[in-house]
Amino acid sequence: MRVPYSWLREYCAPGLEIEELADLLALRTTEVERILRVGPPSSDAFVVGRVLSVERHPDADRLSVCEVETGESTRTIVCGAPNVAAGQLVPVALPGAVMPGGEELGRAKLRGVTSDGMILSEAELQMGEDEDGIAVLESTPAPGTPLDELLPFAEQVLELEVSSNRVDCFGVYGVAREVHAFTGAPLAPAPWEEDAEAEGTGQASDYASVKVEVPELCPRFTARVFTDVTIGPSPLWLKALLVAAGQRPINNVVDITNYAMLLTSQPLHAFDLDRVPDGALIIRTAADSERMTTLDGVERTFDAESVLVCDRNGPSGIAGIMGGQVSEVSDSTTAVLLEVATWNGVNILRTSRRLGLRSEASNRFEKQLHPDLTMYAQRVASRLMVELCGAKLVPGTIDVAADPPPPRVVTLRAGRAEALLGMRIEPELCAAYLERLGFAVEREDDALTAEVPPHRYYDVGREADLIEEVGRIHGYDEHLPATLPHASSRGGRLTREQVLRRRAEDVLRDSGYDAIVTLSLVDPALPGRLRLPDGDLRAAPIRVSNPLSVEHSELRTTLLGSLLDVARYNLARGAERVALFESGRVYVAEGESVAGGPLGGEFAGERPAPAFEAHCLAALAVGSLRAPSWRDPARPNDFFALKGVLDALAAQLGVELVLEPEAHPFLHPGRAARVLVAGDEAGWLGEVHPLVCREWDLDRATAFQLHLAELIAASPYGAEHYEDVTTYPAVHQDLAIVVDEDVPAARVRGAVLAGGGDLLRSAAIFDLYRGEQVGEGRKSLALRLEFRAPDRTLTDEEVAGRREAIKNTLGEIGGTLRE
Amino acid sequence: MPDVQGRIEELRREGEEAIASASDAAALEEARVRYLGRKAELTQILRGIAELPAAERGPVGSSANQLREALEASIAGRGAEIQAGELERELRAEAVDVTLPGSPVAPRGSRNLLIRTMREIEDVFVGLGYRVMEGPEVELDYYNFTALNHPPGHPARMAQDTFYVDPESLDAALRIEPAPTRPSEEVSGPALPPGPEDVVLRTHTSPMQVRSMEAAEPPIMIIVPGRCYRSDPFDATHSPIFHQVEGLAVGESITLADLKGTLDEFARAIFGPERETRFRPGFFPFTEPSVEVDVSCFRCGGSGELADGSRDPLCKGIGWIEILGSGMVDPNVYGFVADRGYDPERIQGFAFGMGIERIAMLKHGVPDLRKFFDNDVRVLEQFR
Repeated sequence: MRVPYSWLREYCAPGLEIEELADLLALRTTEVERILRVGPPSSDAFVVGRVLSVERHPDADRLSVCEVETGESTRTIVCGAPNVAAGQLVPVALPGAVMPGGEELGRAKLRGVTSDGMILSEAELQMGEDEDGIAVLESTPAPGTPLDELLPFAEQVLELEVSSNRVDCFGVYGVAREVHAFTGAPLAPAPWEEDAEAEGTGQASDYASVKVEVPELCPRFTARVFTDVTIGPSPLWLKALLVAAGQRPINNVVDITNYAMLLTSQPLHAFDLDRVPDGALIIRTAADSERMTTLDGVERTFDAESVLVCDRNGPSGIAGIMGGQVSEVSDSTTAVLLEVATWNGVNILRTSRRLGLRSEASNRFEKQLHPDLTMYAQRVASRLMVELCGAKLVPGTIDVAADPPPPRVVTLRAGRAEALLGMRIEPELCAAYLERLGFAVEREDDALTAEVPPHRYYDVGREADLIEEVGRIHGYDEHLPATLPHASSRGGRLTREQVLRRRAEDVLRDSGYDAIVTLSLVDPALPGRLRLPDGDLRAAPIRVSNPLSVEHSELRTTLLGSLLDVARYNLARGAERVALFESGRVYVAEGESVAGGPLGGEFAGERPAPAFEAHCLAALAVGSLRAPSWRDPARPNDFFALKGVLDALAAQLGVELVLEPEAHPFLHPGRAARVLVAGDEAGWLGEVHPLVCREWDLDRATAFQLHLAELIAASPYGAEHYEDVTTYPAVHQDLAIVVDEDVPAARVRGAVLAGGGDLLRSAAIFDLYRGEQVGEGRKSLALRLEFRAPDRTLTDEEVAGRREAIKNTLGEIGGTLRE
Repeated sequence: MPDVQGRIEELRREGEEAIASASDAAALEEARVRYLGRKAELTQILRGIAELPAAERGPVGSSANQLREALEASIAGRGAEIQAGELERELRAEAVDVTLPGSPVAPRGSRNLLIRTMREIEDVFVGLGYRVMEGPEVELDYYNFTALNHPPGHPARMAQDTFYVDPESLDAALRIEPAPTRPSEEVSGPALPPGPEDVVLRTHTSPMQVRSMEAAEPPIMIIVPGRCYRSDPFDATHSPIFHQVEGLAVGESITLADLKGTLDEFARAIFGPERETRFRPGFFPFTEPSVEVDVSCFRCGGSGELADGSRDPLCKGIGWIEILGSGMVDPNVYGFVADRGYDPERIQGFAFGMGIERIAMLKHGVPDLRKFFDNDVRVLEQFR
């Protein structure tokens, strides 16, 4: 909403620089987007001139040499406009004037003749679009009169970002009322208090009729009739005002409707009455797929919820949004029907959204206007119709109205305001603020009853709403103290899951992996690129019905895709290696978490979440993680490199992970595993399938993804119990075990642990050997064992006994000890 | 009769000299054998004490023993000196080129600035007594709009550019029965038929306000960090996917002034100890009064001007930067959890919501929101 400051000052003049006023508006009412300047930066050196004579320029056909009286002097001005004529009163810029573009006007020689100033067109004043001719002033000011006494042409304009509840501030008078409320500067009487004299013939109902078929969507429809209308351009002051307010001047009638809307916030629409058969208007909903061409020349198709203003032949306008061409006011119009209606805001919003058509009118109607505003706008417009178009107002207003909304009276307890705001506002101040805002206030002790005025009817209905009114006008910035709540009966802390999620993320970061954050809306092609087959839940993502683009139309079912994207992005930009992880959610239609909780997709609230969202931790490495140095070569980032990271993660959480070979469509079939935590599946680890790597232009990549809820649920963190490991020494032994090649290491270790019994506290594989010494098809695994008893020093005999037992359990899997 | 005492003194001189001049372990051992060995003269003297006249035995024995102890001490001392010297030589031989680069330690990863900012904000509010809750991103229209006082047809719910979820892509068994809608006390205009019970991608973290109040009676003090979605195309300050932190504090006497004090604390923790906030009127359907919150500019200190007198581009010369929207929880919102002890005549409180991307951009001068989602490692490395 653009508010020219001079227009605002007509109704409330706070005596402030515009910057000060903008600050106050922002702090008391609504956001101020910026302060604009329309026209030249200063009105200095712009005056009224009288053209005394016009002669053809001796050396240029299109130029005239004019003698112009500008007050005390007469000066020669060269002018290019075809319509300049002796006797005209015109706007003149004298040398030294700063033009709207910022350049200073000097004396210029035009084809040998010195021009001592410039006669201005509307476009040059930024007051209109007419570039061809000079602006001719209608009234009869004396030559030399400063131009700003006639026209708001060097205008400062406030551009407000009005919040959607404040439809009153979509009108200049509404903004003036706010300025009045927070500065106390007097407010001029409302411009609609006086109506025009009705001097036309007959009654409005003799000329026109209105039938509202949908009263719930059109609570009020008023119409006035004007005869003897002369269509023409608006006077310069009106054009200037509209331009400053961001509107294009069209003709006097249309400009009047815009002026009245900008002043009252109630939109209006003018019909050429002679083009409405019998003056009969019908307000109805559209037939499905009904069509009409709007004023902008576009043919539009409606659905059954759109409300149309129709004449006998069909639609002539979309209610509250835009008129049609059939009964548009034109140069030949002599009778005008002025429609001022109230529409159902939600219906207007829906139709405007569906059509993709917004207008100044729909922007106001969609916020819901009170029916009383219709007559405000009728009165403002009627006076101008009479004044500017020579029109005669026909007596009577056609007024089809449903029952008006009941009066709304709200009580404000001063104590309640203080309790909610934490600042005290004296009851007499509360009353004063509300009265300035247009509420009718009655006071009883510390309680006020306030009747809500029409312009605030749909925004204010409860005590809390009144508290906001008095609080903001009083001024949060000046009066609101800063305190802290003292009501909490609980301390703040992170949950165990939140602490351990941070720990898990930190382990990966400390292992050299960069934490990334990627977009969770992905391309439908992703499951295919990851080779996920139909029937896999991850290949059936949750879809957005109204995506912005196909690339972001489905929720990710795995973190792998975005990890691959980011890897490729960075490799393409010169990174030699990338190690990435993301801690975030994946989304599928159904699923369940054994562990539950927010990380497992179980959230607070009575209604369950409509999808299954599990928090995952996923990592991807491409290239050697550690840069080669002069001492160490680079190490390949293969399955075991990443498994080492997984092991570190498990160790930091105190969780035992079990890996079992398992094929995944997107992983190398021989280098892929599923990860089990406490017997439950919790994710996967593997080298990315070469075909998937190729999709992302990668040579080789390794990745894992884990469900955090399960991982964290299995962690003993916080419940660890002290164990005496220092009083009695441990005994260490190394074993070399030869088994067949196809016996997995985990089975060998399992056999060792089984044979070792309680005394065997750990068994770690530290070497793998294949070669002549163990024979074809066999391998040798070296394990380091630690035996310990909590209550005694172990004897050699005890350890030797365990070793024998291990020999036996190894025998069961075909393993032998290399002595 | 030889002068045994005199000989002992001679041996002392000779022995000390031989020990002192021994330059390595071998020479020292040679000296030890010569003066303290089995065949050494001093040893002979000690053995021959019994043969001396009775009057000499005591003094000679005493002197000889003293000498032996003295020489032993000297040998030990000299031995330590020689060892130290040898170690010194060995170490010198092991000298390295200290200018070669060190062995790289296992590299430490960096962290997307959004994660770091989110944690910083969480920690500030945990310190102020808040718990951290999380909620679903695929959310019911009921929580995202209806229960937040956006009745069906409310302009604000259309203004939010919502992504709707295709119901066919959801599990039929998880689809929810239409929730009851509640008349909003006629404040939002003429009555309208209720809208469809849609599933949306949450447009803000605010749905957790109602979920959390359903789950616990007052008082409640929580923050809710998380991902949100709006169908805003990408540009420097918009993304269809972004992050918010919601705050909710509801009790018997929590005031707008408490919100101001809380956000002052937050602003100081995140933007610096001199910061303050200011409230401007705002509009959100689920708070009343509603306020927009600015923080005093941390570049210019609130003056709007830089040290050289030029206009501060960060706050555009205003001295204040908008950081979040907030307000007192609207009584209509409590109406949806009235059966959990939320009676607006008895309890009250505030809610706020801030964009993490915006906070991180402001604090660290990130010019374009899209940088967060590029995850360029050269950028990530700047924020460990």
